[in-house]
Amino acid sequence: MASTIRVRATSSGDTTEVQALIQHPMDSGFVKDAKGELIPPHFIQEVTFEHDGKKIFVADWGPAVSKDPYLKFAFKGGKKGDELKISWTDNKGSSDQTTAKIQ
Amino acid sequence: MNNEIDKTRRLILQGAAVVALAGIGVRFGLTQALAAAANDKYPEEAFKQKSGDDAIKSLYGKTAETSDKVKLDAPEIAENGAVVPISVSSSLPDVTSISILVTENPFTLAASYKIPEGTMASVSNRLKMAKTSNVIAIVEAGGKLYSASKEVKVTVGGCGG
Repeated sequence: MASTIRVRATSSGDTTEVQALIQHPMDSGFVKDAKGELIPPHFIQEVTFEHDGKKIFVADWGPAVSKDPYLKFAFKGGKKGDELKISWTDNKGSSDQTTAKIQ
Repeated sequence: MNNEIDKTRRLILQGAAVVALAGIGVRFGLTQALAAAANDKYPEEAFKQKSGDDAIKSLYGKTAETSDKVKLDAPEIAENGAVVPISVSSSLPDVTSISILVTENPFTLAASYKIPEGTMASVSNRLKMAKTSNVIAIVEAGGKLYSASKEVKVTVGGCGG
């Protein structure tokens, strides 16, 4: 199965910029479906980015993060060819992970 | 400094709790104590708070002061409340965490980011907004909280059906 996570990490010398796009419904629990029934909450709670065995960024999310979440941040110490490990878990216990090379 | 002492004391207390629980062989309790000891646990309670102040208190245990060194980038008017691009950055040193709150949302805390050493104090994401609301950016730097806020007008809400 294709990964739900798409990551682009680009090094510009000192810093590496990371952009991530995750496919997830991020249901808030306040929206009704076509039958007028509430769609139960279903959202990513935690996204973790690791580089060289060290956590470089952790996102804790509530249901107010938009569907198919987007994230951008930057860190120091990465270089071209290094691997980033990205993983998420949601409130129903589902999870996914992927690795991406810094370009 | 106080922080350090507090941290040590907490560690000792947690250690004592773990030993005590192991001593009487309460397995379930032990795993729970270990989970609580994990530093990066998901702040479940903070995400359930309905007021901004309560969410900040639950998350950090202190209050924030307004600072012009916290930069909050959000649109004046968001046509679609389901996808509002919001960025927060700060020029403060020793930033350890950035959180974003939308005060008029059913649950005010939207996202909270941990910034370890070596990671820039800057994050961009996209949030849902139920209606026109203040957006508050909280930056934790050197153990203190700083904030900036901005009103974003929403023409079509992103939380209701």
